[in-house]
Amino acid sequence: MMASSYSAKDEDGHITVSGPGGGTLRNKKPENTAFKQQRLPAWQPILTAGTVLPAFFIIGLIFIPIGIGLYVTSNNIKEFEIDYTGDDTSSPCYNCAKNFSWNNTKSCTCTIPFQLDQPYESNVFMYYGLSNFYQNHRRYVKSRDDSQLNGNIDSLKKPSKECEPYASIDNKPIAPCGAIANSMFNDTLTLFYNDPNGTSVPIPLTSTGIAWWTDKHVKFRNPVGTNSNLTAVFQGTVKPVNWHRPVYELDTDPENNGFINEDFIVWMRTAALPTFRKLYRIIQKKNNMAPTLPRGNYTLVVDYNYPVRSFEGRKRMILSTISWMGGKNPFLGIAYITVGSVCFFLGVVLLVIHHKYGNRNNSANISN
Amino acid sequence: MLRRRLNRWFGGEDRRVGSRTIYVGHRPCPANEVFIPPKFCDNRIVSSKYTVWNFLPKNLFEQFRRIANFYFLIIFLVQVIVDTPTSPVTSGLPLFFVITVTAIKQGYEDWLRHKADNEVNKYRVTVLEDGRRIQKESEKIKVGDVLEVEEDETFPCDLILLQSSRDDGTCFVTTASLDGESNHKTHYTVPDTERDVESLNATIECEQPQPDLYKFVGRMHIYKNNEEPSLRSLGPENLLLKGATLKNTQSICGVAVYTGMETKMALNYQGKSQKRSVVEKSINAFLLVYLCILVSKALVCTTLKYVWQSKPGQDEPWYNEKTLKEKETNLYLNMFTDFLSFMVLFNFIIPVSMYVTVEMQKFLGSFFISWDKDFFDSEIEEGALVNTSDLNEELGQVEYVFTDKTGTLTQNNMEFIECCIDGHQYKYRDASSEVDGFCVTDGPMNTVQQKAGREREELFLRALCLCHTVQVKESTEQGQGQDGRIDQVDGLMVDGQVVPPLQEQRGFIASSPDEIALVQGAMRYGFTFLGLESKTMKILNRANDVEMYELLHVLNFDPVRRRMSVIVRSISGETLLFCKGADSSIFPRVKQEEVEKIRMHVERNATDGYRTLCVAYKHLTAEEYDQVDSGLREARLALQDREEKLMAVYNQVETGMNLIGATAVEDRLQEEAAETMEALQGAGIKVWVLTGDKMETAKSTCYACRLFKRNTELLELTVRTLESPGKRREDRLHDLLLEYHKKTVQDAPPAKTRVARNWSSQDYGFIVDGATLSMVLNSSSENNLHDYKDLFLQICQNCTSVLCCRMAPLQKAQIVKMVKNSKGSPITLSIGDGANDVSMILEAHVGIGIKGKEGRQAVRNSDYAIPKLKHLKKLLLGHGHLYYVRIAHLVQYFFYKNLCFILPQFLYQFFCGCSQQPLYDAAYLTMYNICFTSMPILAYSLFEQHISIEMLLENATLYRQIGKNAMLRWGPFLYWTLLGVFHGLVFFFGVWFLFSNPALQDNGQAFGNWSYGTIVFTILVFTVTLKLALDTRHWTWINHFVIWGSLAFYVFFSFFWGGVIWPFLRQQRLYFVFANMLSSVSAWLVIIVLILLSLLPEILYVVLRKPRGPYARQKLVQSSAGGIQSPRSSARPLLMRTFSDESNTVS
Repeated sequence: MMASSYSAKDEDGHITVSGPGGGTLRNKKPENTAFKQQRLPAWQPILTAGTVLPAFFIIGLIFIPIGIGLYVTSNNIKEFEIDYTGDDTSSPCYNCAKNFSWNNTKSCTCTIPFQLDQPYESNVFMYYGLSNFYQNHRRYVKSRDDSQLNGNIDSLKKPSKECEPYASIDNKPIAPCGAIANSMFNDTLTLFYNDPNGTSVPIPLTSTGIAWWTDKHVKFRNPVGTNSNLTAVFQGTVKPVNWHRPVYELDTDPENNGFINEDFIVWMRTAALPTFRKLYRIIQKKNNMAPTLPRGNYTLVVDYNYPVRSFEGRKRMILSTISWMGGKNPFLGIAYITVGSVCFFLGVVLLVIHHKYGNRNNSANISN
Repeated sequence: MLRRRLNRWFGGEDRRVGSRTIYVGHRPCPANEVFIPPKFCDNRIVSSKYTVWNFLPKNLFEQFRRIANFYFLIIFLVQVIVDTPTSPVTSGLPLFFVITVTAIKQGYEDWLRHKADNEVNKYRVTVLEDGRRIQKESEKIKVGDVLEVEEDETFPCDLILLQSSRDDGTCFVTTASLDGESNHKTHYTVPDTERDVESLNATIECEQPQPDLYKFVGRMHIYKNNEEPSLRSLGPENLLLKGATLKNTQSICGVAVYTGMETKMALNYQGKSQKRSVVEKSINAFLLVYLCILVSKALVCTTLKYVWQSKPGQDEPWYNEKTLKEKETNLYLNMFTDFLSFMVLFNFIIPVSMYVTVEMQKFLGSFFISWDKDFFDSEIEEGALVNTSDLNEELGQVEYVFTDKTGTLTQNNMEFIECCIDGHQYKYRDASSEVDGFCVTDGPMNTVQQKAGREREELFLRALCLCHTVQVKESTEQGQGQDGRIDQVDGLMVDGQVVPPLQEQRGFIASSPDEIALVQGAMRYGFTFLGLESKTMKILNRANDVEMYELLHVLNFDPVRRRMSVIVRSISGETLLFCKGADSSIFPRVKQEEVEKIRMHVERNATDGYRTLCVAYKHLTAEEYDQVDSGLREARLALQDREEKLMAVYNQVETGMNLIGATAVEDRLQEEAAETMEALQGAGIKVWVLTGDKMETAKSTCYACRLFKRNTELLELTVRTLESPGKRREDRLHDLLLEYHKKTVQDAPPAKTRVARNWSSQDYGFIVDGATLSMVLNSSSENNLHDYKDLFLQICQNCTSVLCCRMAPLQKAQIVKMVKNSKGSPITLSIGDGANDVSMILEAHVGIGIKGKEGRQAVRNSDYAIPKLKHLKKLLLGHGHLYYVRIAHLVQYFFYKNLCFILPQFLYQFFCGCSQQPLYDAAYLTMYNICFTSMPILAYSLFEQHISIEMLLENATLYRQIGKNAMLRWGPFLYWTLLGVFHGLVFFFGVWFLFSNPALQDNGQAFGNWSYGTIVFTILVFTVTLKLALDTRHWTWINHFVIWGSLAFYVFFSFFWGGVIWPFLRQQRLYFVFANMLSSVSAWLVIIVLILLSLLPEILYVVLRKPRGPYARQKLVQSSAGGIQSPRSSARPLLMRTFSDESNTVS
């Protein structure tokens, strides 16, 4: 009786398990079940040239058309891009960029004329693009307080440590706190269509519908105070250092103000790569007859508030139409065409090999 | 010298010197001036490791002693202390899980041990104290207490038997729980103590505790009222071991000599040394590589980070300022913490979960061996036994099999075949008259042809009846109405005629089956051994008279002397010595003129594969006897070197004997022994037979097992071949070694062509005996010119099979060790059934015990135990092969999947300013190895059968494909690593290209960094799982369930995790990221195309490799079929052909 208890001994802290103990097995015939005898019914696929060849051809035949479709779709997307960084003397924004100072109370404005060669038929999406801007830097990514942004009063008064050094000024909490919020993109971009008859028509820009629905309605919420007045709710907090206006003055529309301002929400979704674009405005198609942006001359008016020269960044304005696959990106089409062709090519090669090889195999068999 | 080493081997290295003195019943003895009660440990058995108080610290300490656990602890601590990219939870949780599960398991086991300990320790025992009987708890027993034990009770500690309720001062015990031998063993009381236990005044002097169950020396001083103390020697026959059970005896009294942890039983259970498998060594090597990768990755990133930061405006742009604390810290300290942070970020490349999975796989996998009904033997009603689960995969790597002969290759079921008396052959046959070269064999029932004189015949048969240690089994259990020996004798007397069937039922118990066979053989010729009763042996002779002999001394058998003797005194007062033993040990000790007549018979019998024993006798004169008697008594009383002294006396007595005859006993081959050996050889395994038996017998067994074939050229290196006129044995040895070496090594075709060796080139068989072996092994120190050991090893390795005969147990272990440590360190397996195989079972990488007839010691010390030799085939070719493939794949897959898991994270550092930003969310980092990808590989590693078991057994050559750790060499490792790198690159850069325009939704909205990570992670999980699916050749419903279930679980979890704002999370990073990803067609498209692109090379590899599969296999089969020269080989190719046809139709 002692012996069996000793057998369960393992010496060092290993997870070694001394197999199934002997005691229980004695005088007992092992059960003849499929599981215990490792005879479970099993499907035994054999990948051979015979089974894989058709698959290769099918993949090739499916992928190449998809790839061509994707490529054509991507090519049909119209995209227009202007770099307005202003580090070049010839650039209209050169002065604004050069004279930039955080203390400037009056914003510097520059106008950039441009020409669209093709009419933009459907809804046009207006992006701003930044380069060499590390929104994915670890220190930057974590510098936010989601609880504050979700309307938590406690977090509003006492922002998380992660927001340092953008958490408070003179012991007053910053709302919204953190490096991400602090560095929110604050150039104002407006578009004018230069009518052939000489007048300059402002193009209506929609600023809603640019952020994820769930972000706008669930993840981001304004703090709910005793009264519905946002100004009162944010009483006791200060605006981020680099902002011109406090958060409750981002927009006049109460549904797009405070933390639920969509420009703010878009900015708060940190980009994956140092060169990125973010949705700025949407130019809605007005009627079915006229193109949203007809071909012709346009003027981009920029309120230049956002300095990028210090870290050799660049700023762009992008106008783009959108297809079912999103913005212009030839990569997917090329990838599908490539993979499809490779599969097809391999299929052909394998067929040849298999054909030749199969014969040899048979002859070897006969000789046996 | 050998003897001494043998002693050391069995006695344990650290045998304590000195002896202990025990006062029986704690009564002071007159001889001692001062009575100092000696201090011994109490009788508490402590098998548990922990107490409630020290469990936590001790267990944690033990767990963190393991290098992997320690590594993870360090990573965890770094995460806690340093500001690192991932939260401590990501590595803390898995580690905590592993540690907790292990602690719970060990705690539970310890609790069981506590329970078992308590049961034993609190057991009520009866102690005789001052003439009263006192009930005590077992743990309170002290050395010197006199205990009373009743029938069917277990002895609570090691006792010296003082008094028995049986008249003859014996008692019977069974040691089933100690060594598994269920027969009743007789133990004897110390003479003169029987009557007066209550008033006995004695001290016992005995050796310090030592673990050998079968060895005990001590002496007892008995003091009687002022008389000179009398001295009695004590041996193992007086010692009752703790754990043994009293049988057939009402009660006994004994004095405790060893208690608690000093009992032989407790000393014997101090665990075996742990064996580690090659796979584990490979894992460690791979770990080292990955550790280097990890460190270099961290170094590269740290360097790049500081290079990048040195550019103006990059380190601290206006939008991303450092905190005050960060600014103030020293640059070098920062560098160091950055390095640590990178280590932490990439540490998932070495996963905790791999250890858990490997252990689980081994533990669960070993159940399949014990569940296998093919291993069930209906005779002993037992299946296979798995003593360790650490070595499953080692079974698939065996290159050398060392097998015992008796009981392993052969059945150890002896049958008396014939005998030879004075050169006349007697064969027991039902009805036949056969003429051979020597004599007419004629065997009518129970009558022996009167060839030799009747006198000699009867002497021979008496010798057979007397010279043994056989007991007659009391047949009460069989319920045949034969209550004791006396009744049976009466029955026989009444019957008058001896009826053979009844005789056959008489049960004999002996330590060796040869003895039983001999006694039964004698019985057939009319001499029946009736039993031993109080030192008197009774024999029923041909005339149905009972002859009585007083048994004076038994000169026990031992493997060095290779003979045993008894000294008996007949009624007429004649003192006779009967001796039986191996021919080599008897012939030099008898009168030479008698030898020649017998030698021819012995040799012929040996070549027939029979075991031969020679029988001799000697008349002892009264003086001679007195001398022997006193010599023996003196030697037996010696405390030091008792064995050597006894040996000297034995050797002195057993000289000048008269040879009477020889016996031949057949030891039949185990079922399917030849087929098994053939299969093993087909599998490329070299089989060495290590036996203590004589060369001729062993050789014939080898032929019978087809280890040697007709065309095998035998190279002999034995005492016989060394004997050559005019040459020293050393020189001759030298010449022979060089000659054989030239033949086998230098002239052998180069290794490449040797693959198809089976039919093309010459097979060599090598025979060596113990004496020559020790010459070879010991020569290297003296003779520096030629390292015989090396030559010898090279010869052996180039022979298909090697036979080592006349081996002592220690030499068996030496051989195993020699091969084990030779170049390439091949994996060895020892298989045996007896106590003499234990040393080689322990020495080899894998030890297999046969649940045979020679007790349980081999089984107890083995790693796996099987009922029969034939089961070895399935154990190695079936289970071993599968386990190896499974675990090798498991290991490679684990490294691969973590490499392609972490590589994108590493690459991401180049795009985030080397800021240690993790690519994946913490939840994904943590769950990847625990939930998303662990189950499919576990299922694979338990159920995969890439080739069905039947086919593995049919084609032994398949075993060669995985030999030499084929799947875990650097080649395959490189392949898997490159695959991981390729996958990692595809995942990362595929998505990178996609994110050149992050506006991926049809409403123009853009994706952020967490979407990037989630897309990469989704591709990763699917690719890695589908890769495994591609590798799976055997899809049971469990595989289906687990593979598709894992993927479904991943999707479900991602929805769930992203669908809720978790109050305990500081950042809601993944909120609706997964759902948004799925709403993007581009994301779908990229996921599909990247998965396919990743798997393409794999599919291609499988396809390109596969068509060659059947062809190659067919070739292998052909070559192996050609090698088989047995009559059955004609049937084989037919089988093969159908098989290869089949595989053709499939392709």
